[in-house]
Amino acid sequence: MSAEIAPQPLLQVNNIEVVYDHVILVLKGVSLQVNHGSIVALLGANGAGKSTTLKAISNLLRAERGDVTKGSITFEGRQIGKSDAPQLVRRGIIQVMEGRRCFEHLSVEEDLMTGAYTRRDGRAAIKQDLEMVFNYFPRLTTRKSTKTGYISGGEQQMVAIGRALMARPKLMLLDEPSMGLAPQLVEEIFQIIVRLNREENVSILLAEQNVNRALKVADFAYILENGRVVLDGDAETIRKNEDVREFYLGLTEIGKKSYRDVKHYRRRKRWLA
Amino acid sequence: MVDEFWFAMEVLISGLLQGFMYSLVAIGFVLIIKSSGVFNFAQGSMCLFAALGFVSFWEAGLNFWVALGLALVMMIVLAVVIERVVLRPLVARPPLILFMATIGLAFLLEGLAQALWGTQPHGLELGIPDSPLEGLPVDISQFELFAAAISLLLVLALVIFFHRTRVGRALRAVSDDHEAAMSVGISLQMMWGITWAIAGGVALVAGIMWGTRLGVQYSLTLIVLKALAVLILGGFNSITGAVVAGLIIGGSEKLVEVYLNIIFGIGGVESFFAYALAMFVLLFRPYGLFGDEIIDRV
Repeated sequence: MSAEIAPQPLLQVNNIEVVYDHVILVLKGVSLQVNHGSIVALLGANGAGKSTTLKAISNLLRAERGDVTKGSITFEGRQIGKSDAPQLVRRGIIQVMEGRRCFEHLSVEEDLMTGAYTRRDGRAAIKQDLEMVFNYFPRLTTRKSTKTGYISGGEQQMVAIGRALMARPKLMLLDEPSMGLAPQLVEEIFQIIVRLNREENVSILLAEQNVNRALKVADFAYILENGRVVLDGDAETIRKNEDVREFYLGLTEIGKKSYRDVKHYRRRKRWLA
Repeated sequence: MVDEFWFAMEVLISGLLQGFMYSLVAIGFVLIIKSSGVFNFAQGSMCLFAALGFVSFWEAGLNFWVALGLALVMMIVLAVVIERVVLRPLVARPPLILFMATIGLAFLLEGLAQALWGTQPHGLELGIPDSPLEGLPVDISQFELFAAAISLLLVLALVIFFHRTRVGRALRAVSDDHEAAMSVGISLQMMWGITWAIAGGVALVAGIMWGTRLGVQYSLTLIVLKALAVLILGGFNSITGAVVAGLIIGGSEKLVEVYLNIIFGIGGVESFFAYALAMFVLLFRPYGLFGDEIIDRV
């Protein structure tokens, strides 16, 4: 809950527009900010532009022939729009990609070590952080030399987060960490995210479809629809918002409306946005 | 009887040593496939280009090692240029497009070699006689033994590099997942530059070895044809596979050639046996004997 004290946000995204392949407009002016030490949730349905927003920040867009055509992104007060992914990792921004994306022919330990690729602070410090990662994810200790292709989905998600942690980031961009995991594992992963935020002082921008779970850990939230931010506010306010309750949490005070009404209402809302 | 045994051994050993020479070429392909997922059609031209450069430097009166060093630098510069001009603009394009680009590259390199060094075939003599070693019951060519030793050293160095170093690990990460590798801060451009440079170095060694055998001339690019069979057999992304498959093909094709000829009077099997064998393996193990198995989650 540091929204009111921080003088300068850690990350500021100003009105960015993203175009894929020079023709497909995906983000139509997205602005958001992440304050030091906070967890910010980026919520929305499939295809709303959550992943694209994260990739615009970490600059992984180019690998998909995407381009930020308008707006600016600043990190710690400096423009980062022109920096490539390796530079950004060195500066302290790292993305945990959707779908875990482990290096399946590398062992768990090797995979984690790739996260330390950009670091220049010596073997001892890296070794120490490897221990730290194994402390956060004790389950991985027994899997050290197993290829990541053969471990479970939950363990892969742990490797992906642990690998990002090995880079000693200031800001972690998490893309759908709950995807395809059993509820119990989702719970475990979210607890770790909160601990990393508190104990390792990693600020977090979290893209999630699991709105309910994300709002429980977040300080602040943005709701993305169709490439635009349609709503933002601190997590509590968002959670109480009637539209959010109806559209994203499937709750309503008024009683069940017919599906047709809901659809109509959403369409109207998109028009207005 | 004893004579026959030694004869068989001799055939086998000479085949195996020849196999090392095949592997030497195949490794160049494996490196580039591992890092960028591209089948580098230009590998043969790179062998030729490197060998021609080396021979020209050497014939110009330079010391052997200086000429070798210069040729190596030339291949590294070439790798950097290829990364800049060919690979970088084509990033995230389908592999087929990259493959087409390497075809263009192959002809470009051959043309460039012709323009720089002419079309004359050059003899290459490293001072290691292609004559049998004394005092053994079988005839083993000293040169083949030397070539095998060099390939073995090269492979050992590469395996250690890939598994024990930070950059080697990063290269393996890139071969598994480009985008994820980028996400942890590994520069793809840097990795491609490094692999093409290593592949260039390997091409130089292969070019010199085969050049000594066949003379440094344009048909040198055809050595990749046998390497193709080696690749299919060993798996496109395994260095170990390239070596073992090279040995299997080298050894078996000689034995088959000699004994089919002796027993049935059928000749000329050597020229196609490797491909037949590779095709057979393809039926049962599509990713080769040692290729990365496809990890499928069900």
